[in-house]
Amino acid sequence: MKNKYSIFSLIKNAFSQHENWKQAWGSPEPKKEYEAVIVGGGGHGLATAYYLAKKHNMKNIAVLEKGWIGGGNTGRNTTIIRSNYLWDASAGLYDHALKIWENLSQELNYNIMFSQRGVMNLAHNLQDVRDLKRRTHANRLNGIDAVWLDTKQVKEFCPIINTSPDIRYPVLGGTLQKRAGTARHDAVAWGYARGADAMGVDIIQNCEVKGIKRNGDQVEGLETTKGFIKTKKIGVVAAGHSSVIANMAGLKLPLESKPLQALVSEPVKPIIDTVVMSNAVHAYVSQSDKGELVIGAGTDAYISYTQRGSHDVVEGTLKAILELYPIFSRMKMLRQWGGIVDICPDASPIISKTNIKGLYFNCGWGTGGFKATPGSGDLFAHTIANNEPHKLNAAFNLNRFVSGDLVDEHGAAAVAH
Amino acid sequence: MFVINCPYCGERDQSEFSCGGEAHIVRPKQPTELSDDEWAEYLFMRKNIKGVQFERWNHAHGCRKWFNMVRDTSNDKIHAVYKMGEKPPVL
Repeated sequence: MKNKYSIFSLIKNAFSQHENWKQAWGSPEPKKEYEAVIVGGGGHGLATAYYLAKKHNMKNIAVLEKGWIGGGNTGRNTTIIRSNYLWDASAGLYDHALKIWENLSQELNYNIMFSQRGVMNLAHNLQDVRDLKRRTHANRLNGIDAVWLDTKQVKEFCPIINTSPDIRYPVLGGTLQKRAGTARHDAVAWGYARGADAMGVDIIQNCEVKGIKRNGDQVEGLETTKGFIKTKKIGVVAAGHSSVIANMAGLKLPLESKPLQALVSEPVKPIIDTVVMSNAVHAYVSQSDKGELVIGAGTDAYISYTQRGSHDVVEGTLKAILELYPIFSRMKMLRQWGGIVDICPDASPIISKTNIKGLYFNCGWGTGGFKATPGSGDLFAHTIANNEPHKLNAAFNLNRFVSGDLVDEHGAAAVAH
Repeated sequence: MFVINCPYCGERDQSEFSCGGEAHIVRPKQPTELSDDEWAEYLFMRKNIKGVQFERWNHAHGCRKWFNMVRDTSNDKIHAVYKMGEKPPVL
């Protein structure tokens, strides 16, 4: 890669007061025609383009982004990465991603700040205990690290948790995946963008797709705000707006788009060195490298594309946070935001071709897509290049809603993702 | 968050309601004769519109009655509320 980042390039640039760093990716105007076009310049879309170029030798490709790269859900999530899913298909998918995460900074020559600080999932009632123990066993059978912790071990691992038996939802134990953790979400988008750009991928920002042109059952190109772009292969990775793009091609998807909120506190000194999630009270918390508490809430219960969400959802989440962590009672929240997540009826993603030739969808990640970014891009690139799914994403086809072979992770996942 | 004018109870906070998704999806008259594709279409496939959408709501923490609503999902503005069985308004 030209302009490789290293200690030497850092020293060299220090002599010119860091004013001469080259742009990490370009801003080209779209060409008339591409071999493949990826719609959506988030982490998943950029990763797809990166692996198409790297592993499948498709260099004449473009990524279209209606805003700026990583400005959608890639920059709005709570950056949690884990692979402790119950079902074999999901475990295979998410652990494939986790294995790529473990070497991604080196591969991209870009520090994505991947931190394997562990993810702990709490159990608050007898059913939680049974479900989480079952999931621990299932994970270990699939080669995924998972351990069961009793209440005392939970307290030892994360001392600020209130493990008193007197609280409304007492902590009866939890599971721990030590390989899980967090990564810097913007860096993931930027790292993949830089890597893809270096291999000749055109990253076109501020370019919104307005229509999909079909000739019979074959796609022919895209109408965009920067004119018509001809292509025989379109990979759509538009997250919450997947249905909007699908409707342009006359296709219906089994998705509902809902706001998912998150919030961060004022920055404080290190207080929590892991990620703690709780399904029953629906709150999760970790601490960013800047010191902010990063808190996740549940989705709003109605379809909306507004990127804000309701106050009562945040209120409910903070109630749970305060009961579990009384030490946070005087923390002030700095920012709150919402992203639009596309949710499948079985809470599992779709990485699939469609019945329209040359049109592929990678969607339905719902509330938990960030953790899968590298794996999702890798498998979607495979699907687009070969017109056939990889064995790891074969179960995540669109046809499962017809055959009934759903990958039902609702409630089976550690938290609602 | 918004306020919903329940056709039975009047204006109440949205948090009292639950959304039942797209409205006017008619249950197949002859379920036994349906193909797998038709079942998938009925059960799972949704328009998921960004813009004006017809949807079902339930006043879950109130009168518990179902009703229909016309709402713009791009800004959460409610255009109309009408009872089950009533004709959808023409906008």
